[in-house]
Amino acid sequence: MKCKRCGGKAEVKLRQHNSAFCRACFVYFFQRQVQRAVEHEHMFTTEEEVLVAVSGGKDSLALWDALIALGYRTAGVHLALGIGAYSRTSTEKTEAFARSRDLRLITVHLDDEGVAIPTIAAFTRRPACAACGTSKRHHFDRIAFEHGFAVLATGHNLDDEAARLLGNVLRWQVAHLAKQHPVLASTHERFARKVKPLFRISEYETAVYAFFRRIDYIVDECPNSAGASQLIYKDVLNRLEAAMPGTKLSFVQEFLRSGQPAFAGETNRAPQSCERCGMPAFGAVCSYCSLVREVETKQARRMAARPASASS
Amino acid sequence: MRVDSLEGIPYCRAFPMHITLLPQHKQIELEGRHRVADILRRLDLLPGTVMVIRGDELACDDDVVEADESIEIRNVISGG
Repeated sequence: MKCKRCGGKAEVKLRQHNSAFCRACFVYFFQRQVQRAVEHEHMFTTEEEVLVAVSGGKDSLALWDALIALGYRTAGVHLALGIGAYSRTSTEKTEAFARSRDLRLITVHLDDEGVAIPTIAAFTRRPACAACGTSKRHHFDRIAFEHGFAVLATGHNLDDEAARLLGNVLRWQVAHLAKQHPVLASTHERFARKVKPLFRISEYETAVYAFFRRIDYIVDECPNSAGASQLIYKDVLNRLEAAMPGTKLSFVQEFLRSGQPAFAGETNRAPQSCERCGMPAFGAVCSYCSLVREVETKQARRMAARPASASS
Repeated sequence: MRVDSLEGIPYCRAFPMHITLLPQHKQIELEGRHRVADILRRLDLLPGTVMVIRGDELACDDDVVEADESIEIRNVISGG
């Protein structure tokens, strides 16, 4: 198989693009795709400093690497989630990546500056993945606001977007469909603009890019993700993709072109400010503070119950 | 030497192919030489959901892995 761009021996085949590339041409192709997404969707300019949310996984580190290579001004934010060895390794890989490239990285340790994910899971009935998502959204916005970043970039890729779209369509979650877009404008002074430069790039492509660029990312999966609905949606979509290459790309692209505008009018009301932390909220307190308050209440109840149970 | 009836490719039984599956850290041995696409089919893995790594390089669907080679098949799908 030959590289479509230079005619050399291809090392990667992309069925959805009916193309194959050698290593150097794939890296060029990947970075061009990132640049096109940033420019065509007006995500940010070279003048703006972008805060990149990095987990230590292939997608976020590949995104950060590509943005640097393209000459964008960046800093990273990482959440140490407190999920045992998985989180420790994720933090080590992220810090090593930043150190090796002399990049600015802000690390938030949820054990110290919030509530670790296992603690939330132990004290509430919420699934760990939902609690994790709420925590990430809150702390990423908080860090962006506190450090003066107007743009927050995440490593959500085509597979993530297709799986999310499938989940939203299966339940006809109109409000979520209205907000599913690679660029979310700020609707509150403490909300950064959210952008997803990898939204047209498959998970396979980000893994290949990370491999070619020798990015040392965490290969192990989060122990909480077993059985996650997103993985079920991805499996269904990958079976469709195997039979009909390009399905995921057209599903997302056509939604953004034809479907999403129809839902965009269904947008939620503008958020107010959380009375506890000041961050955006759709009620008196934001969803993160609501979660923390629930944990604190149940922890206090458990502590209060201890002497009684010990004496009985 | 024998001929694999499925693929028509000669292979040697004495040197099994060593496959490491990640992130499961599972080791598999496969007899004979095979095309990458056939290895994935045998392991019930969909193309585009894994990278097939041979040393420092990636192997494409139509590349042939020799009977005595070691490869890594790394899952690329994450979620949660």
